[in-house]
Amino acid sequence: MALVSPAEIVKGNVLAIQEYSVLAGQAIRNIFRQPRYVADILQQADLIGVGSLPIVVLTGFFTGAVLALQSSATLVKFGSLSLTGQLVSLSMVRELGPVLTSLMVAGRNASGMASELGSMKVTEQIDAMRALGTDPTKKLVTPRVVSSVVMLFFLTIISDLVGLAGGWIVSLLMLGLNSYQFWNQAYQNLVAQDVTMGLVKPVIFGFIISTVGCYYGLSTKGGTQGVGRSTTQAVVAASVLILVVDFFVTRLIMSWFGSAV
Amino acid sequence: MQLSSSPASATAEAPGNDLGITFEDVQLAFEQNKVLRGVSFNLRRGETKVLLGIAGAGKSTILKLALGLMKPDSGRIDVLGEEVSSMEEEDLFALRRRVGMVFQESALFDSLTVEENVSYRLREEHAPEDEIKRRVVEALRFVELEHTLEKFPSELSGGMRRRVAIARAIVNEPEVILYDSPTGGLDPITSTRIIELVVKQRDVYKTSALLVTHRLQDAFTLASSYFDPKANEMRPVTKDNPKNTNTSFMILRDGKVIFDGNATELACTNDEYIREFIS
Repeated sequence: MALVSPAEIVKGNVLAIQEYSVLAGQAIRNIFRQPRYVADILQQADLIGVGSLPIVVLTGFFTGAVLALQSSATLVKFGSLSLTGQLVSLSMVRELGPVLTSLMVAGRNASGMASELGSMKVTEQIDAMRALGTDPTKKLVTPRVVSSVVMLFFLTIISDLVGLAGGWIVSLLMLGLNSYQFWNQAYQNLVAQDVTMGLVKPVIFGFIISTVGCYYGLSTKGGTQGVGRSTTQAVVAASVLILVVDFFVTRLIMSWFGSAV
Repeated sequence: MQLSSSPASATAEAPGNDLGITFEDVQLAFEQNKVLRGVSFNLRRGETKVLLGIAGAGKSTILKLALGLMKPDSGRIDVLGEEVSSMEEEDLFALRRRVGMVFQESALFDSLTVEENVSYRLREEHAPEDEIKRRVVEALRFVELEHTLEKFPSELSGGMRRRVAIARAIVNEPEVILYDSPTGGLDPITSTRIIELVVKQRDVYKTSALLVTHRLQDAFTLASSYFDPKANEMRPVTKDNPKNTNTSFMILRDGKVIFDGNATELACTNDEYIREFIS
């Protein structure tokens, strides 16, 4: 195997960041330019949103349920089992709802986008599209970005609600809390900062999932093996980026609301 | 067999604005590998130029450069009076609608039906639905595949996919068509059928074309045949029935043009490499 110099590796990474930034910029700019592919946006919204609903519901429900179960063990030591509702709602709305939903959607859709566009790239369908006078970023990238951002926003809300329902069922059936206690604690302790944080994150994560998926798809090289490589890289890169960006977004929103550590 | 057409004399007669494609000293390299080393040629309107050369000589690259799918490192490329080499991607889309391209492996959209593939460009231009239907059927009838409207590309043979690709390229009556190895990987009978379609497009619609091929037989069939619309078939040019097939040849070697002329000139060349290549 040929050795690659560190300078070449750095140059390659800088070039990749530049190309990704250009693609992300074009995806946003295309929203304000003609032609707009509304049918493609709706088709992608169905694939990304409705298609991801079962895994998001399952993930959200069991995350909320296990959260109630795990936290009860600690809370009971301090005689604060009644705070289970608050703990579940804050954890789900601020953090676990957006992040877990995004990771699930990244696993399902960033890979789907990378493999679909990657296959089109290696079979010259992307070049054919350009040759037929269509801008692939307008036709393929922007609809996926718009759909991912919008649908992840709503999927996160669904995940939060289902997670709360999971926590409630565990609290009711296994911890002996009553429904009023759980829902009162869950609702009363939610403030604007929590909801803002929970709803800003999916918008950013949706953008990351779709642009990373499309970037890896459109930069695929090397036939079917290259498609497989792009698919894996897209999921890994999107998942890592979500977790890294999550930290900085959390810190930023906490600063805005004056509750920085 | 009578081989006709003389690009040199025809160029002298043609006005300056009669050029479909012009390459002037075009150079292109992929990292250390120089693919094109100063390629220059003209394609007149109505002319068909066959690009020949061994694999890796830069033939397909020339087509992609002409369509603006790639940018040259230096030199100038003009297509239908517009300088492609300096145009932004955004501006190229309008020009590309005037040029048809048949890709080496057809490059049909595999998730769309034949009808959707062929009508793709018309739908992008928001043509009226009845006109789309009429032109799609017309284009598919041209390649004799009007019965495959609802089929997906995966349900067609290699030759049929190539014919659908031709239908997609001609559906909006382009001024220039670029064929990238349209007969590559096909059996001789299907190849001849594809070449017949190229000849039909050339003689019936007078469309300019750049055609890349590895098969010399195809190149000579193009130069020595004409399309008879009454009989609806390709016929050989004979001494008794001379026709100007308006077809020339260009041979590439190591990224350079080593021959650009008509079939008669090609047959008379003293260049050893070319003689070996065409033998």
